[in-house]
Amino acid sequence: MTDAMWAGTVAVTGHEGADLEAYAARPLDTGPHGGVVVIHHLPGYDEATKEVVRRFAAHGYAAICPNLYSREGAGVSPDDQAAAARAKGGVPDEQLVGDVAGAAAYLKGLEHANGRIGVIGYCSGGRQTFLAACSLRIDAAVDCYGAFVVTAPPADFPLKAEPLISRAADLSCPLLGLFGADDRFPSPDEVAVLDAELTRLGKEHEFHVYPDAGHAFFSVDRPNYRPAAAVEGWKKIFGFFGRHLAA
Amino acid sequence: MCTYLTEKIRIDGAAKGASGWFTVTDGMVYVDHPYHACQEHTVNIDFTNPAEGPSARVAIELTEEAALALVDAIHKALAAAPPGLASAARGSAPA
Repeated sequence: MTDAMWAGTVAVTGHEGADLEAYAARPLDTGPHGGVVVIHHLPGYDEATKEVVRRFAAHGYAAICPNLYSREGAGVSPDDQAAAARAKGGVPDEQLVGDVAGAAAYLKGLEHANGRIGVIGYCSGGRQTFLAACSLRIDAAVDCYGAFVVTAPPADFPLKAEPLISRAADLSCPLLGLFGADDRFPSPDEVAVLDAELTRLGKEHEFHVYPDAGHAFFSVDRPNYRPAAAVEGWKKIFGFFGRHLAA
Repeated sequence: MCTYLTEKIRIDGAAKGASGWFTVTDGMVYVDHPYHACQEHTVNIDFTNPAEGPSARVAIELTEEAALALVDAIHKALAAAPPGLASAARGSAPA
């Protein structure tokens, strides 16, 4: 294995045949490589998320982050796309599932793919990761502080997001959950409810709630960044994907 | 994912964005994570014209104190001018 990689913008086919922009990175060695679909957070398809994609490639995975707001127009800056998507109430759940399926198909079609797919998402992408894992046949999923999996959002919440816990029986793969003890969306109580439900259903899962960390503790470009939780969290992620995405 | 009520208003005015001046038709005010400001949450205000596409947008992200100071400054500026001077009802009539 070398540590050289290719990274750049690619096109993938999303829900109902939509053309999506995506950022992909993959090792240049001959593999085989597991695949990782990265679901960006609510603020959109940004530089920090692209860095996450490259991080997976540096660790031997082929990774891709589809721009879930691609439909807001080609050539539109990602922050404007995010604002437009937000004004429309966010991304519909069925569209998200179709877009993740398209990104996974892209990864499976790469020359040195081993056929195994993990999905990881942050913030709203954490909830969407759980949704994808309950809707698609994948091999591993990592939910980083996804809210509204257990409880419905407040009535005046501007985004359309239904709770997903009733779909937990359909979870198709092992789930790693990484949360902050100081987070309110999701709160530690909600995390405990999901943990108990997955245990009741006999679903393989592993949850970690980090002290002194709140929402978005992985975000290196934001004041919420908590190095201790993030460093430990990344170890958990690579250990988990190492076990479940190996050929 | 902690975002709160979004106030949407119709706006009559103009703003200068990345591609120059445009007519503003809509505004949104919400407290959420900022895109650029170095705060966990900010008061975000978008001035937009959806008919001209997502790029017709001027975005600002303010701390709570800054947002309230802005509101106060707007009230003071309007109070210092003759009533109705900047009203839409005056249209383009000569001053």
